[in-house]
Amino acid sequence: MAMSGMGSDVVAVLPEVLLLVGALAALVGGAYTPRERQWVLRLVAVAALLGSSAAAVVGLTSPAGLVFEGTYAVDSTTGAVRLIVAAATLLVIGLGVDELAGHRQESETYALLLLSATGAVVMAGAADLLVMVVAFLLASIPLYALVGQARTASAAEGAMKTYLMGALFGIVLLTGVVVLLGVSGGEAGYAGLAVALETAPAGAVAAGAVAVIVGLMFKAGGVPGHFWVPDAAQGAGVTAAAFLTTVPKIGAVVAIYRLVDALPVTVDAQLVVAVLAVASMTLGNLAAFAQTAPRRLLGWSTVSQVGYALLPAAVAGRTDLAEPAMVLFLAAYAVTNLAAFAVVAALPRRVSIDDYRGLARSHPLLAGALLVSLLGLLGTPPTSVFVGKLLVATAAWDGGSGWLAVVLVVNTLASLFYYLRWFAPVFRGGEVDGEYPEPRAWATRAAVVGGVASVVLGLIAGAV
Amino acid sequence: MLSLVVFLPLVAAVVLAAARGLPDAAARWAWVVVSLVEVALVAVLWWRYETPAPLSSTESGLAFEEQVPWIPGVGTSYHVGLDGLSLPLVALTVVVFAACSIYALREDRRPRTQAALFLFLQTACLGVFAAADLIVFFVFFDLSIVGMYFAIAGWGHGSAQRSALQFFLYTFLGSLALLLGFIGLYVASGTFDMVELAANPPLVGAGVTGGLVLATVLVGLAVKTPTVPFHTWLPPAHTDASAVGSAVLAAVLLKMGTYGFVRIAMPMLPDAWRDFAWVILAVGIVSVVWGALVALAQTDLKRMVAYTSVNHMGYIVMAVGAAGLVGGSDEQARQLAITGAVTQMVSHGLITGALFLLAGVLHARAGTYEMGRFGGLAGRAPRFAVLLPVAAFASLGLPGFSGFIAELQMFTGSIAIAPVTAVALVGILLTAALFLRALQRLLTGEPGELTASFRDVRASELLAVAPLLVLATLLGVLPRPLLDVIEPAAGTVAALVAR
Repeated sequence: MAMSGMGSDVVAVLPEVLLLVGALAALVGGAYTPRERQWVLRLVAVAALLGSSAAAVVGLTSPAGLVFEGTYAVDSTTGAVRLIVAAATLLVIGLGVDELAGHRQESETYALLLLSATGAVVMAGAADLLVMVVAFLLASIPLYALVGQARTASAAEGAMKTYLMGALFGIVLLTGVVVLLGVSGGEAGYAGLAVALETAPAGAVAAGAVAVIVGLMFKAGGVPGHFWVPDAAQGAGVTAAAFLTTVPKIGAVVAIYRLVDALPVTVDAQLVVAVLAVASMTLGNLAAFAQTAPRRLLGWSTVSQVGYALLPAAVAGRTDLAEPAMVLFLAAYAVTNLAAFAVVAALPRRVSIDDYRGLARSHPLLAGALLVSLLGLLGTPPTSVFVGKLLVATAAWDGGSGWLAVVLVVNTLASLFYYLRWFAPVFRGGEVDGEYPEPRAWATRAAVVGGVASVVLGLIAGAV
Repeated sequence: MLSLVVFLPLVAAVVLAAARGLPDAAARWAWVVVSLVEVALVAVLWWRYETPAPLSSTESGLAFEEQVPWIPGVGTSYHVGLDGLSLPLVALTVVVFAACSIYALREDRRPRTQAALFLFLQTACLGVFAAADLIVFFVFFDLSIVGMYFAIAGWGHGSAQRSALQFFLYTFLGSLALLLGFIGLYVASGTFDMVELAANPPLVGAGVTGGLVLATVLVGLAVKTPTVPFHTWLPPAHTDASAVGSAVLAAVLLKMGTYGFVRIAMPMLPDAWRDFAWVILAVGIVSVVWGALVALAQTDLKRMVAYTSVNHMGYIVMAVGAAGLVGGSDEQARQLAITGAVTQMVSHGLITGALFLLAGVLHARAGTYEMGRFGGLAGRAPRFAVLLPVAAFASLGLPGFSGFIAELQMFTGSIAIAPVTAVALVGILLTAALFLRALQRLLTGEPGELTASFRDVRASELLAVAPLLVLATLLGVLPRPLLDVIEPAAGTVAALVAR
C-alpha cells in the first residue's frame, strides 16, 4: 500500500520532478557538449519547462489534496504557481538567449535556473516546515552562483551580499522553525501544526512565526531581507537579474501565505505580514525615487511590488478572495516585471534612464513594451497588474484591513514618480541614437511577448 | 453596436500606429474619416434611442445594453449601456473629437502619431460614459489620463513636460481615490455592477463608512471636475497643451468628473449624498465665484478660458449639491437642477471646445496667448472677429445659446431648493465682464504689436469651430430634443437620491 501511495505521490509532483530532471540533464549534458553546441541544452531546459507546464495543467484537473504524508499540498494554488514559475523561467531564458548563447557557462546557467525554479515551486507547495526549509535552500543556493557568474566587480559584490544575507536569514528561518517545532511537540506538518500550536504558549509561537516569516522575506526580497535585491539586480547578468527578482518571490510569498494560514488565532501573524508588507512597499518606492540606473530602479521597484503581493497573506484566512488575489497578482507581476527586464536586456548599453531618450522613435516596439510594462507595474488598467492590485486591495478591505488598501493606493501614487521618470524620456524627442548597437533580437521578442501577455492576462483575468 | 462605437477608434488607432510608412496627409484624413463615421454611428444610436424603463430591481434603465463576464470572482463584467445621462455625453464626445480631427488637418508635428493617440483617447472617453460597471468605468477613466498625458507632453508647448506631469500626478491621485471608493462599494455589496449598486445602494444607514466612501469618491471626482480647491492642475495643463488637447481636455475629460456625480455618487450613496449636500453645494458656489474672479485677473486668453471652466463646472456641482437637499424641496425642482447640470455638461463641452480651438488659432499665428499684445483684430481678421464673440457670448450664458438653457434650469432648480445659491449669480456677472473685456482687448482698439502678423481663420479651422457653435446655438433655440432625452434620466436620479 505504501508503495502504490508513494507512486501516485510522485505522479502528483511530476511537474517538480520534470524541472529537477531537466536541471540535472542540463548540468550533466553540459559537461559533454562543446561550447558552440550548448544550445542543445537550452532546448533541453525549454523542453523540461514545457513538460512541467503540461504536467501542471493535467494536475490542475485532479482533486486537491496533500501528498507525501501530508507534507506537500497539491491544490489549485500550487498548480498555478507551477505554471507561473515555468512561464516566467521560459521568459527569462528567452530574454537571456542573446547574453547566454555561446557563453562559457551556458548549460550551467540553465541548470541553476531550473534548480532554483524547482525550489521556488516546492516552497509554494510545502505544507510542512521541514519541506519548506529544504525548498528555501534549494531556491537560494543556485542564486548565489547565478549572481556571481558575471565575474565583474559589481557582480562579485552582489553575490557576496546575496550570500551573506541568505546565510543570515537562513539561520533566522531555521531558528524560527526549531522554536515552532519545539512548542508543537515535533509536529511539522501544517495541518497538525495548527492544532498543536493552539494550546502552545502564544509568546513562543509568535517568536517562532516572526522568525520564519522574516527568514522567508529574504527570498521574497522584501523588508527586512531586501538589501541584496538592488545590488544583485544591478550587478548580476541581466538574465540572472530578471530571474532573481521574479521567480523566488513567487515561492516565498505563497509559502508565507500558507504558513500564516496555518498558524492559530492565538498569534496575529497577519499583522506581522501586514507591517512587513507596508514597510516593503514604502521603502521600495522611496528608494526607487533616486535611482537612475534602470536595473537598480527595477530592483527597488520589485521590493515595493512584493509588498503588494504580501497583502493577501496579511488577511490570510479572513476572506475567500485572498488566495485568488495573490495568485493573480503574482502571475501578473511576473510577466510584467520580466517584460521590463527584457527591454533592459535588449538594450544592454543603455545604463541610465536618460539613455532611453527618443527610444519611441528609434525602436517603437521596445518603447511600447516598456510603456506597457512600466504602466503595468504602476497598476494602470488594462494591464494585468491593475487587476491584481484591484483584487489584492479588495481582499485586504474585505478581510477587515481597509487601511492596507489605503496604504496600497498611496504607495501606487508614489511609485508613479519613478516609473514616469523613466518612460517620459522615451517619448521625448532629442535623439541620442546612433552610438548604440541594434537591440538584441531575442530579448526584444521576449519583451513583446511579455508586454502582450501582461495585457492579455488582464483581459482574461476572469477565466484565470 | 455600442461596443462598436466605443472600440472602432481604438482599432483605427492601432492600425494608424502600426502603419509607419503612411504619408502624413493620409493619416490626417484617416482620422477625420473615422471620427465622422463615429458621429454618424452615434447619430444612428440617438435616432434609435427610446427612453428605457426607469431603473428598478428588474429594469436596468439602460438602452443598447451589452454584458460579458470578465472577473466573475469579484462581480465585475464588461457591462455597457446608455441612458439619458450618458447618451448626450457620448454624442458630445464624438462631435468634439470630430472637430479636433478637422482642426488638426494643419498639424505638422507627427500627425500620424497624434491621430492614433487621439483615437485611442476617444475610445477611453466613450468607454467612461458607456460603462455600467465601476471597474470598466475606472479602466477607461485611467486610460484617458494616460492618453491625455501623452497629448500634453508630446504636442504641448511652453513647459509642457512639467504641466503634463502635474496633470498626471493630480488626476492619477484622483483616480486612485475613486478606486478606493469603488472598492468600498464592492466590499459593502459584493458587486461592481453600477446598475445593481444603483438599484440596491449599499451602505445606506452605514453612517461613518458611507460618509468615508462618498468622501473618497467625491475627492476623486472633484479633482477631475475640477472644483476648488483641487483645480490647480487645470490652468497649466490647458496653457501648455495643444489646441486640440485643450479642447478635448475641457470639453470631454472634465465631464467625467461631473458625470460621476450623477452616475455614481448620487444613485449609489444617496443618504451620504444628502448628508454631504450642503458641503457639495458650498464647494460649487465657491468654485463659481473663485473661478470667475481668478479668470478676471488673467491676461492670457487660454488661462482665462481655463478658469472659466472652473466657474462653469462650479454651477454643475452647485446644482447637484442642491438636488441632494431633499427635505422641504419638491421633486420637480431637484429634477430641474439635475437636468440643467447635464445640459450644462453638453453645452460647456461645445462652447469651451470652440473657445480653446480659437485660442489655438491665436497661438498658431503669433505663438502667444497674451491678449495685451493683440488689438484691433476685428479689422484684420473678420472671420475670427465673428467666431470669437459668438463663442464668448455663448459661454457667458446669453439667451439663444445652450449655456442659457442650462444655467436657467440649474438656477431655477437650485434657488427653489436653497435660495442661498443665488449668490452664484455673481459668477454670471463676472464672466460676462471678463469675456467682454477680452473681446475688447483682442478685437477692438488700436492694433497691437502682433496684430499685423495675424492671418484670419483658415477653412479647416472654420470647419472645426463653426459646427460646435452652430450646435450650441441650435440647442439654445431648440433644446427639446436634448431635454427629452435628459429629463427622464434626471428624474430617475432625483428619485434615487431621495431614497
